[in-house]
Amino acid sequence: MLARAVWQYRGFVWGMVSREFQARYLQSLLGSAWMLLNPAAMIAIYTVIFSQVMRARLPGQDDAFAYSIYLCAGLLTWNFFAEVIVRSLTVFLDNAALLKKASFPRISLPVVLLLSSSINFAIIFALFLLVLLATGRFPGWPIVALIPLLALQQAFALGLGTLLGVLNVFFRDVAQLVLVALQLWFWLTPIVYSSAIVPEWAQAALAWNPLAPLVAGYQQILVAGTWPPWWQFRLHLVGALAALALGFLAFDRLSGEMVDEL
Amino acid sequence: MIEVDNLSKRYKRYPQRWARLGEWLSGGRWAPYESRWALRGVSFSVRPGEALGVVGANGAGKSTLLKILAGTTVPTSGSVAISGRVAALLELGLGFHPDFTGRQNAVVGCQMLGMSPAEVRACLPEVVDFAELGDVFDQPLRSYSTGMQMRLAFSVATAVRPDVLIVDEALSVGDVYFQHKGIRRIRAFREAGTTMLFVSHDLGAVKALCDRALLLDGGHLLHSGTPAAVIDYYNALVAQREDAGPISQTGSAEGRTVTRSGNGLARITAVEMCDAAARARQVFQVGEAVQLRCRIDFFTAVDRPTIGLLIRDRLGSDVFGTNSYHLDRSAECVQSGESLLATFTAPLNLGPGSYSITIAVHTDRTHEERSFDWWDRALVFEVVPNDAYHFVGTARLPVELTLERRPTASLRSGDGLQRPSPLP
Repeated sequence: MLARAVWQYRGFVWGMVSREFQARYLQSLLGSAWMLLNPAAMIAIYTVIFSQVMRARLPGQDDAFAYSIYLCAGLLTWNFFAEVIVRSLTVFLDNAALLKKASFPRISLPVVLLLSSSINFAIIFALFLLVLLATGRFPGWPIVALIPLLALQQAFALGLGTLLGVLNVFFRDVAQLVLVALQLWFWLTPIVYSSAIVPEWAQAALAWNPLAPLVAGYQQILVAGTWPPWWQFRLHLVGALAALALGFLAFDRLSGEMVDEL
Repeated sequence: MIEVDNLSKRYKRYPQRWARLGEWLSGGRWAPYESRWALRGVSFSVRPGEALGVVGANGAGKSTLLKILAGTTVPTSGSVAISGRVAALLELGLGFHPDFTGRQNAVVGCQMLGMSPAEVRACLPEVVDFAELGDVFDQPLRSYSTGMQMRLAFSVATAVRPDVLIVDEALSVGDVYFQHKGIRRIRAFREAGTTMLFVSHDLGAVKALCDRALLLDGGHLLHSGTPAAVIDYYNALVAQREDAGPISQTGSAEGRTVTRSGNGLARITAVEMCDAAARARQVFQVGEAVQLRCRIDFFTAVDRPTIGLLIRDRLGSDVFGTNSYHLDRSAECVQSGESLLATFTAPLNLGPGSYSITIAVHTDRTHEERSFDWWDRALVFEVVPNDAYHFVGTARLPVELTLERRPTASLRSGDGLQRPSPLP
């Protein structure tokens, strides 16, 4: 039923997504060029600084670009994950005027958010893949495996984000807490460093981080160009579905009271 | 078709932030909040094509009711069934974005009504046309005046005829020209079969536009019936409340600024406006015979005090004013400790709208001479249309119209009526 309501309002959903991009670049001289310039600059910084300036190397690899690719594989996907969570936290507060004055399927708002961050990610990731092609490091067919892994990750992010976003309307502490937790989570995930350098006892702790195997999967696909071990992600599927269910449950139970609170 | 059954809405007010967390953690068994019922057990139904007005004092639950019907607020209990496409104009705007142009906002507004891209394209020219914003339409909304935003919101919400139109005071902003244009459109919708729900403090508009009215009071549905009957009931209710207080300070009770000045040697202690049956009321029909009664207490002996009356419209412009000096009805000499009761009687030949009354006590012709008391907006009243002819403006002139038919040939061409030439 929710899906049908969103489908019926697809004009609105799409309008909101495109408006968001317009709003971001409305008062800028270069306009939508920033959509490419920003991520391009980011990728350039990571590749040039780490491979040329800092000369960082992955353990056991001599390739100058390997660490840059490793870093981008983890960082770009992590940013995609974090963006959905962080923006979900305030999605209802930011759209208070709309929620109070107009009647539309409220669930469109998280959908809009997911779509627009997906577009952001698609742009930056496409640039990254171009760089891989240009430097002759394109991983080949295993790249397709990114799609199901990212889908699991983002379903999890959407569910968790919606739950936290609803709670944040009632208790603004949630946003503060989550922002700190995300920082911690980032450093507890082998994105900047390699899990190989982590001591034995900490390896066990990393196993509890649901994002670690996903990020390791991206890194494996993009750096080594091999297929990820699928069986590892069976629990992720359960987790993603559970997070979605929880998010929608909270939304369903509290969306009425939420509008009174805005 | 609208079916509202036993509708209630409770707003929770928590004494402190932690209280809600406590309620959640206890699974709702601990309820530390204070309940404020905006609506309580309201049931009614509206037939297709009917126009329903909702009246009531501030905080009676009118806006909450419309918000629930419009779908922005969820009721605590009870149910609402609405069939067809609903368009709602709640307060101002439709959640517009200030940085986007009027056109972009209009597109969003249409999309928010659930239109497909093709439908939006089809109805946009209609919006442009109706809002009459000209070049401004492609300027950012930031640069719009409140009235312009209202025009845009109204044009978007009514671009396609809805099955149900919900209007909350939306027409009170904007110039008279657009108000009339809006009302014309609403009337056209009604004729085409749109069901209407209308909240307004403008009782005249409710009477003119609605087939039926509801009276809400403290969240309860108190009365429903023809607009005239409900408005009369409402007036009686207001009057009854005023009796409870020592003096009728309607003006100040509504939170308007009341200005009083004077040397205090005499004081106006009560002002009330009554109908022919000497019942105090707040709403009158055009042309109705009214009595304005006021009591003045004197703390000093005054030789021939003057009692003045001034009626102002809602914008504060003087509509009519006179005093006992001009009426040649001065009381002889009033002693200290005496009170004077003054009663002005007049047919209320004013146009529909809201007016205020100012009362003054002074000596001689004007209050500049020696002012004892000057009570600005001592009372506010409302004039609603009667069943006789319709007119605009604040003055009701007793118009007679005669029409004659005669062949055009008897008037020379070019002569006509352009130049004031004596008719044969």
